[in-house]
Amino acid sequence: MNNYEPIIGLEVHVELNTKSKMFCRCSADYFGKEPNTHTCPVCLGLPGALPVINKQAIESCIKIGLALGCQISKKSLFERKNYFYPDLPKGFQISQYRWPLCINGQITLDSGQVIRINRVHQEEDTGKLSHRGDVTLVDFNRSGVPLVEIVTEPDFRDVESVRDYAKKLQQLLRYLGVSNADMERGDMRLEANISVHPIAIASKASPWRLPDYRVELKNINSFRFIVAAIEYEIKRQIEALEKGEKLLQETRGWNEDKKCTFLQRSKEEAHDYRYFPEPDLPEIEIQNSDTKKIAEQLPELPWSKSKRFADEFKLTATQAQILSESKELAWFFEETVKHGNKHGVSAKEIANHLINKKTDINIVLPVQVIEELKGKRVGIIENKEELEELAEQAVKKNANAVLDYKKGKEVALQVLIGAVMKLSLGKADIAKLKPILEKLLKS
Amino acid sequence: MNITELTLTETLEALKRKDFSEEELNKAYLERAAKLNPKLNIFLEIKKNSCGIPAAIKDAILTKGMKTTAASKILSNFLPPYNATVINKLIEQGISILGKTNCDEFAMGGSGENSAFGSTKNPWNLNKVTGGSSSGSAAAVAADLCAFALGSDTGGSIRQPASLCGVVGLKPTYGRVPRYGLIAMASSLDTIGPITKSVEDAAQVLEWISGSDGYDSNCSDTKFTLQPERLTQGIKGLKIGVPKEYFSEGLDPEVKKVIEDAIKKLEEQGAEIVEVSLPNSKYALAAYYIIVPSEISANMARFDGIRYGSARADFGPEIKRRIMLGTYALSSGYYEEYYAKAAQVRTLVKQDFDKAFANVDVIVGPVSPTTTWNLGEKIDDPLTMYLSDIYTISANLAGIPGLSVPCGFADELPVGLQILGKQWDEETILRVGYAYEQATEWRKEKPKLSF
Repeated sequence: MNNYEPIIGLEVHVELNTKSKMFCRCSADYFGKEPNTHTCPVCLGLPGALPVINKQAIESCIKIGLALGCQISKKSLFERKNYFYPDLPKGFQISQYRWPLCINGQITLDSGQVIRINRVHQEEDTGKLSHRGDVTLVDFNRSGVPLVEIVTEPDFRDVESVRDYAKKLQQLLRYLGVSNADMERGDMRLEANISVHPIAIASKASPWRLPDYRVELKNINSFRFIVAAIEYEIKRQIEALEKGEKLLQETRGWNEDKKCTFLQRSKEEAHDYRYFPEPDLPEIEIQNSDTKKIAEQLPELPWSKSKRFADEFKLTATQAQILSESKELAWFFEETVKHGNKHGVSAKEIANHLINKKTDINIVLPVQVIEELKGKRVGIIENKEELEELAEQAVKKNANAVLDYKKGKEVALQVLIGAVMKLSLGKADIAKLKPILEKLLKS
Repeated sequence: MNITELTLTETLEALKRKDFSEEELNKAYLERAAKLNPKLNIFLEIKKNSCGIPAAIKDAILTKGMKTTAASKILSNFLPPYNATVINKLIEQGISILGKTNCDEFAMGGSGENSAFGSTKNPWNLNKVTGGSSSGSAAAVAADLCAFALGSDTGGSIRQPASLCGVVGLKPTYGRVPRYGLIAMASSLDTIGPITKSVEDAAQVLEWISGSDGYDSNCSDTKFTLQPERLTQGIKGLKIGVPKEYFSEGLDPEVKKVIEDAIKKLEEQGAEIVEVSLPNSKYALAAYYIIVPSEISANMARFDGIRYGSARADFGPEIKRRIMLGTYALSSGYYEEYYAKAAQVRTLVKQDFDKAFANVDVIVGPVSPTTTWNLGEKIDDPLTMYLSDIYTISANLAGIPGLSVPCGFADELPVGLQILGKQWDEETILRVGYAYEQATEWRKEKPKLSF
């Protein structure tokens, strides 16, 4: 086994969270909506309909490119990618091929390995098929939702780094605020190209070159499955090579029941997408000043933030990383540090507290963390009667939340806790408040 | 007064004077259509309105709630859920749709014979073709079955049938009129324009339908405005270019004579005639028949047999031919040789015009190398059919405007004079067309239709 080296490249599709779709004015917020209600002639591909570029999507795409250190193209074009599928109403997808928006970037993994980004381009999503017994239904709500494709060079050598890359990318997308990047919902989808070669041959070959085949793992819509599929594929390919079999260029899918990959398309059946410039759309021209403006809007990126936390607040690398995991937690931490400064509580203490106590930043205020840390219960409302009175007031003022709670929406409780916090100027003791509220709501 | 013989401009004036009512106007056209349509096969569908100015609309333009078939079996039951922008713009002006006109299937063809619903007959001779693809729209105007018509022009589909039917046809600058709701043939060349009884009418309709709608990314905000004093100012001192390439082999001698007479007439009006050269014209047809089928192969893909209720086998032979040509030209390994090369030729054709227009205001020549021909004569010979567009396709490749104006007869069949202009300069070609029209009597000739 150890005599072989896997070579993996990734293509990640990211659905942007723009207000409207890529080429029409329909709402892009399609998830969980009644089928075929977010549609118009454009995203249904009706005769006579024409696309118009969503500028917000282009900006988001450039943001991703810039955050990945890409070069932003001064001239970029959309092209038509031609293929037939029932979820593709025009018979072609508007995508990019020869003139992508962003090229040549990179991202550094925790291991220090640099993964090169080949391109970041803009395209549109397809509709969604659901198979019900003998019939297949099409929902075009997703048709035309902006999709960004991020393609790496074949730089991965193991599944661990694939996992790390995906996690980093997800974190970045959320920091940028361009996508929810929720894999379960399909906001972020992975495809992998895998081949394997004997290390002995690879190291002797000069210059180093890729194996003459690659297997594309496609249409696998869960992160867990793609990792399982990659692991399976590495094993399968090594076994085949051991047996002296020749591996071929092909596309494979994943059978979750049997836990194995299966052949979908061989090289002979590969699509010829017949790309050509989309004649209905003008060329996109991007001036340096446009790029600069977008660059100025970029937030501090997670890896910069993590490094700064470590340097500025003397945290360990792990601590800094945990606290910068999400934009929200990082903000909470820094706010708490500000309060801490006034009361002589160090950033390190705060970091330890937040990490060890797993503080729920959705219900606690930074100032409370400091009070807790200082052991000063001054001002904190712990008195049962007082809390009951506050809870009653909150319930009265938030009839909707009460209804929601009774319908089983747990989040409604958070709303009410928030309301009490507001009434008490952040001084209610949440641990004591919670049972009081729950009792009140159940009565 | 014969109401149906009036031009659009005259009709608007007569309505203003209350010479007749809109109801009487519609009745007159509907009665005439009822009598003549069975013979001419112009309308695929007629709508009985009692108000509005009756217009004939090419069936490749979407009309909400009114069947729009593009003269194809594939769309024989297609009821569009929305109006093309040009239709909404016309409705705002008080226009009503009298009927949807026959055309070559999906606007692919130059004779009208590729319609799945039978050929339209030329009102000047019922045994002859109208030209195409806007066959029904040109014939409707020639036979006085509407106040004006809309057609679409991708390689000559407005100008050529207008020429063969003896009416005025205007292909605007690409991007002047929004295409939203026009069933696409070749997206980078498709234009919508008027077919009318006079040059002034064409200017009027262009004013109504031009200007961006926010749905066609290639459409400019610059609306065309009709300025009567500029249209009628004459052509004294204008420089008119005559491309030598448009008068060589292939041009029917009778047609040539009619065109040369027309050019003399322009000279008499005070214009200066200058010879110009468009050296890359000879490559235009070849480039056109790479670019157009390539775009068609993608545009027709949506008619995949899953939607619209018809299988792909229902496409006519010309559609199938172009889908195959385009699919081949775009295939991996051929793209550079075909599509990319054709795109370069397109740039050269455009540069030819840029150079020529540096010295002249307009360019004139024939619209079509011949007059109309017998039904069925060229139907089995697509290449000869393609050659009938030889003088019109360059304007589409270059995106410039072109006008066809009746300029006489060869063997009793109409001939059209083509006037090409600079990008965005419809005004000057209309000005030249108007001066020519007023200096001659051709506009008064009408086909003798007995019923």
